[in-house]
Amino acid sequence: MLFLSKKQDWIGNIRGDVLAGLVVALALIPEAIAFSIIAGVDPKVGLYASFCIAVITALVGGRPGMISAATGAMALLMVTLVNDHGLQYLLAATLLTGVLQIIAGYLKLGSLMSFVSRSVVTGFVNALAILIFMAQLPELTHVSWHVYAMTAGGLAIIYLFPYLPLLGKTLPSPLVCIVALTCIAIYWHLDIRTVGDMGKLPDTLPIFLWPEVPLTFETLQIIFPYSAGLAVVGLLESLMTATIVDDLTDTSSDKNRECKGQGLANIGAGLLGGMAGCAMIGQSIINIKSGGRGRLSTLIAGTFLLVMVVFLDDWISRIPMAALVAVMIMVSIGTFSWNSIVNLKEHPLSTNVVMVATVIVVVWTHNLAYGVFVGVLLASLFFANKIGHFMYVESDLDEESNTRTYHVVGQVFFNSADKLAAAFDFKEAVEKVVIDLHRAHFWDISSVTALDKVVIKFRREGAEVELIGLNEASSTIVDRFGIHDKPEEIEKIMGGH
Amino acid sequence: MNTNTNRVLACIDGSSLTEAVCDYAAWIAQRVEAPLKLLHTINHHPEAAPISDLSGNIGLGSQEHLLEELISVEQQRSKLLLQQGKLILNAAKDRVMQAGIADPITNQRHGSLVESLIALEDDIRVLVIGLRGKVHENQPDKIGAKLESIIRSLHKPILVVNDAFKAPQRIMIAYDGSKAAEKAVDMVATSLLYKGLTCHLVCVSKDDNAGTVLEIAANKLSHIDGIELIVKKLKGKADQVLCEYQASHDIDLIVMGAFSHTRIHDLLLGSFTAKMLTHTQKPVLLLR
Repeated sequence: MLFLSKKQDWIGNIRGDVLAGLVVALALIPEAIAFSIIAGVDPKVGLYASFCIAVITALVGGRPGMISAATGAMALLMVTLVNDHGLQYLLAATLLTGVLQIIAGYLKLGSLMSFVSRSVVTGFVNALAILIFMAQLPELTHVSWHVYAMTAGGLAIIYLFPYLPLLGKTLPSPLVCIVALTCIAIYWHLDIRTVGDMGKLPDTLPIFLWPEVPLTFETLQIIFPYSAGLAVVGLLESLMTATIVDDLTDTSSDKNRECKGQGLANIGAGLLGGMAGCAMIGQSIINIKSGGRGRLSTLIAGTFLLVMVVFLDDWISRIPMAALVAVMIMVSIGTFSWNSIVNLKEHPLSTNVVMVATVIVVVWTHNLAYGVFVGVLLASLFFANKIGHFMYVESDLDEESNTRTYHVVGQVFFNSADKLAAAFDFKEAVEKVVIDLHRAHFWDISSVTALDKVVIKFRREGAEVELIGLNEASSTIVDRFGIHDKPEEIEKIMGGH
Repeated sequence: MNTNTNRVLACIDGSSLTEAVCDYAAWIAQRVEAPLKLLHTINHHPEAAPISDLSGNIGLGSQEHLLEELISVEQQRSKLLLQQGKLILNAAKDRVMQAGIADPITNQRHGSLVESLIALEDDIRVLVIGLRGKVHENQPDKIGAKLESIIRSLHKPILVVNDAFKAPQRIMIAYDGSKAAEKAVDMVATSLLYKGLTCHLVCVSKDDNAGTVLEIAANKLSHIDGIELIVKKLKGKADQVLCEYQASHDIDLIVMGAFSHTRIHDLLLGSFTAKMLTHTQKPVLLLR
């Protein structure tokens, strides 16, 4: 299954895919270099990773037309590992990440994405954009005015060049920006930092390397926390990006296959001396915009990137960092969900809180996984709180027999259990209490416990207690009652409410 | 056979064979007294990009703008295709109404033809389709790109039309003793379609054992009223011999089983059905 692909995915759109692949490759180079610098490794680690991940996901990924490579989200998670233990441990962690992702794919964890609500996704994307921008700040502090001028000029080229007639729509403006700024820096002999100052660039094709780490339990203890985080963040970003590409192209993708594909790609990257990566939102949008749709576009992007880097390494080392910063600021702006700011006013407060909390936690911890965790948790709590409101108790008194009948209506679970207990009047002296549960749903054990307490309390006050409809009400407690997926079964449980 | 729920389905795409497809479909629908449905599918090509902007930059709201742009481009294109399809369908409708069909049903669907036919399969009694569609319109040595996968994925009789309509008088059953051929014989025996026609039951084989099975099949047909039966046993390469026989006896319609082998077998040895479809000059009714 993993290696099967439709013929149209390769040859259905050759012209568009090749051109888009070239455009993407040109934008991938600065990104891969920038993310290597974030992670604290030589640019060649990111470049090899980008090549490897792009090529492997082209072959085995579940979403044709999506671009995967070395990414900022992943790079941020590696910083301390590289700092404390060095590159070899990063490569080992990358391998383990791949293995974990493949396991996730076979366990079909891709479907867990349904728990990640829209506002968490928006928060993730915005946080990512902010992190990419913040990662550029070290290049912009304590530097001469040349760097600011170059960066501003670069951004101007990127955003204004496309408006030129004829050339504007045929030459990628990030490339024009890089070439122009490099020429300026060389011509005027500007003393500013270049890519060559940041570490080694690739001079050969990548070679197979087994990470030089001791195969011990200690090693696993060191790398596992990092690998787990990398696997989670990688899958989250990949699946979010896949959804974005699905929407843009009006086609569907195989999310579980994408998990396995990402895993294989990371294993490949780890074995060829690259860092872990995942799908890239910005690059995938650029690919679709440039007319890329098929697997060919991703393959071309990866291979062209390597060819460029290996043969033009002299030139690439002379690219001023300011040009890279300009491109990365563009990526950051393009990744940011502008609509989410516009919609803040219209969306309910709880949604906004989830989104903003996700952003704050990510920016605080530099770990997208924590942000998503907090976001999903908050969204679930808000949801539980909302559903908890859908419960009320009404009662009537039959004076003749001195019997009070309580009717419980709605959803009873951990959140509304206390509300249930508080709805009964224990001070009222009655002989008999009837609790009618026909129209209630008990979702968990908390609700049963709460009901038990109510019954005990009434008995202590000397009343006879009768429960009606308990079986119907508690039929929803059972786990996996989803086996009643037929409409009439659901109607039987939920009907009449 | 229940006649009213199952329809004669004609697949039309506006290519040169469309009119012949309509005529044959009308002929069948009238003879078997089944309603006629005309189907046109709008094939979308999500694998090809409608726009290509190589400026390579992204800015505020790029994703939203791109989505908006793609939606509007595709909307315009789909609207145009819908209109074209409507015109083709209306022309076909007029044609079959002139041929005497009271109220043909027209149907337009999105997606590939194979996909649509699989969705509609339960509704189909006979499928009528042109040998080649728009893509191969002017290449007489090619059969339609989707034809084989359509034939392989459906389990209904399929009439493949390759020439202008001529009401069939003489039909030929290409009999090889296979299950599909057996089914062909049974169908000819039971269906209203073949009443009053001359039926040539032809078997091509290298050895003489085929004689007995051929006799059994001939017995099935010989006692049917209204079918004039001619039984013939021939030797040689099946596709060539059958085509020659068809030409020399002025056969108007060939009935045969289709693609009884797996794709791999056909890939290696070549498919008999595909050869027959390419070489014969007359419509072929295929049974799976």
